[in-house]
Amino acid sequence: MNYAMGLAAVLSAAFGLAAPLYAASEPETVAPISINEGEIELATEAEAPAHLNGALPKIWSGWLFRDATTQSMQMDDFENPAMVFVDQGLDLWDQPDGAEGKSCADCHGSIDDSMKGVRAAMPKMSEDGTDLWSLENFVNNCRTTRMGAEAWGWSSAPMESMTLAISMASRGMPVDVAIDGPAQSWWDKGKEIYYSRYGQLQLSCANCHEDHYGDWIRADHLSQGQISGFPVYRLNGAGVVSIHERFFGCVRDTRAEPFAQGSPEFRALELYVSSRGMGLPVEGASVRH
Amino acid sequence: MNINLAPVLAVLTALAGGTAAAAAETPPAATVFEEDGSIAQSLSGAPGDPQAGRQTMEARGLGNCYACHLVEATPDIQFMGDIGPALDGAGSRWSAAQLRGIVADAKHTFPDSMMPSFYKSAGFLRPGEGYTAKPATEPLPPLLTAQQVEDVVSYLLSLK
Ligand code: HEC
Ligand code: HEC
Ligand code: HEC
Repeated sequence: MNYAMGLAAVLSAAFGLAAPLYAASEPETVAPISINEGEIELATEAEAPAHLNGALPKIWSGWLFRDATTQSMQMDDFENPAMVFVDQGLDLWDQPDGAEGKSCADCHGSIDDSMKGVRAAMPKMSEDGTDLWSLENFVNNCRTTRMGAEAWGWSSAPMESMTLAISMASRGMPVDVAIDGPAQSWWDKGKEIYYSRYGQLQLSCANCHEDHYGDWIRADHLSQGQISGFPVYRLNGAGVVSIHERFFGCVRDTRAEPFAQGSPEFRALELYVSSRGMGLPVEGASVRH
Repeated sequence: MNINLAPVLAVLTALAGGTAAAAAETPPAATVFEEDGSIAQSLSGAPGDPQAGRQTMEARGLGNCYACHLVEATPDIQFMGDIGPALDGAGSRWSAAQLRGIVADAKHTFPDSMMPSFYKSAGFLRPGEGYTAKPATEPLPPLLTAQQVEDVVSYLLSLK
């Protein structure tokens, strides 16, 4: 951003031109996502968390940067294409699986009560405190150690449906992840990755999502790359996309070799990106293009 | 393709009695940037073709320049981005040597620029093989060949 301003200054000094500023642009409106005719209202703007040290003036939901048609699909639960997958997740919750013949519900009871706030605090330290776990790790830990079932693939259909259903139990709750204590070193690592310029195109997350949100890159309107809406339903591909799947795609598109989904690097990045969205509500079933 | 042709061209030129240097190509690693980020000599040793340059700029697998830049003079190009400045008038703002430097590796002109380095083959973090997500081993073929850089420069020079 500074360089852009610097160039503009150089150009206008050298050539007497009023060169345009090409830095990030703020959304024109910050209307809340009003769902089912106002039954649920999700704020799309929040104060930037202090640990960002002024890197962003405010934080905004990715929903604001989508076109009106895409936006409206998230404003009615009956039209929302993600809801089919939420229902699949709810079915899985009640289904016994594995050697123990248990279902999630057998131990946890109602998903709405037992999983309330869980997504909003992810990722967080593992049960034994030695590792940083994403929601997917917690789910698979229950499956393998408590149900005698096979682990689900990180971005497999059942995992995406389950994490979507669990996210719905935090709908409207502000993202609130712990970044201190044992999580601190993970957060530091995630921040380093966020600002690293990967691939032959040498682009960092910050190049696009911090310096140029609100701008157009070809036909894409750049958002701040927040994950408060995840997992999202993407019209482009017609399916649910997990956080790490999105990270993978963004890194791949810099002509780089991305980190693996579920890798320590992507979990660290997830913590850091989550922390950039602290205060934005978890959207539950969100829709993107 | 140009890289493979260069020696052949050099031999042909030599046979025809010309100087081999006229067609000698400068590889990315040997490219010399002036203090201000410019490159004095043609990278391919040959002049550029502006029409081919425009196509190279438009092709998503090559320049993909319109992902970030608008050119008001060519409204027929769909979905132009606004990450960088509009390129109209670039040919008046900059010399050929400066434009060559910007297209080859803009980071010598604008430190830390977001603009990709189109004529660079090594020094990347986790480089991939195109958009396949597979690892690639350096040196990579640069995003644009020497001749493609020259073509793009000649098109930019026509944007007065
Ligand atoms: C045999 C009992 C049992 C079964 C079956 C079970 N869990 Fe768990 N689960 C636990 C216990 C115990 C914990 C750790 C304590 C806690 O957070 O409730 C836990 C923790 C979790 C957590 C982390 C919650 C948090 O706040 O950190 C998630 C998420 C979770 N389970 C999801 C699932 C899902 C999804 C299934 C079904 C695929 C499932 N569990 C099946 C017992 C079970
Ligand atoms: C070349 C630009 C570019 C880079 C670099 C990039 N992204 Fe993206 N990203 C996009 C585009 C384009 C989209 C789709 C539109 C949008 O939401 O910004 C997107 C979308 C996203 C989204 C979805 C947001 C939503 O609300 O649906 C997330 C999350 C994201 N990116 C994270 C990242 C992270 C983390 C990195 C670094 C590892 C990264 N991106 C690097 C261009 C980029
Ligand atoms: C990822 C975005 C991006 C891409 C792709 C890109 N540029 Fe740029 N370009 C920029 C930015 C940003 C600047 C502003 C300089 C800076 O970094 O401060 C710039 C500056 C320039 C300038 C100087 C600006 C002026 O005064 O006219 C020229 C010329 C230029 N680019 C040409 C190109 C060409 C030709 C291509 C394709 C071969 C290209 N760019 C691809 C982002 C990009």
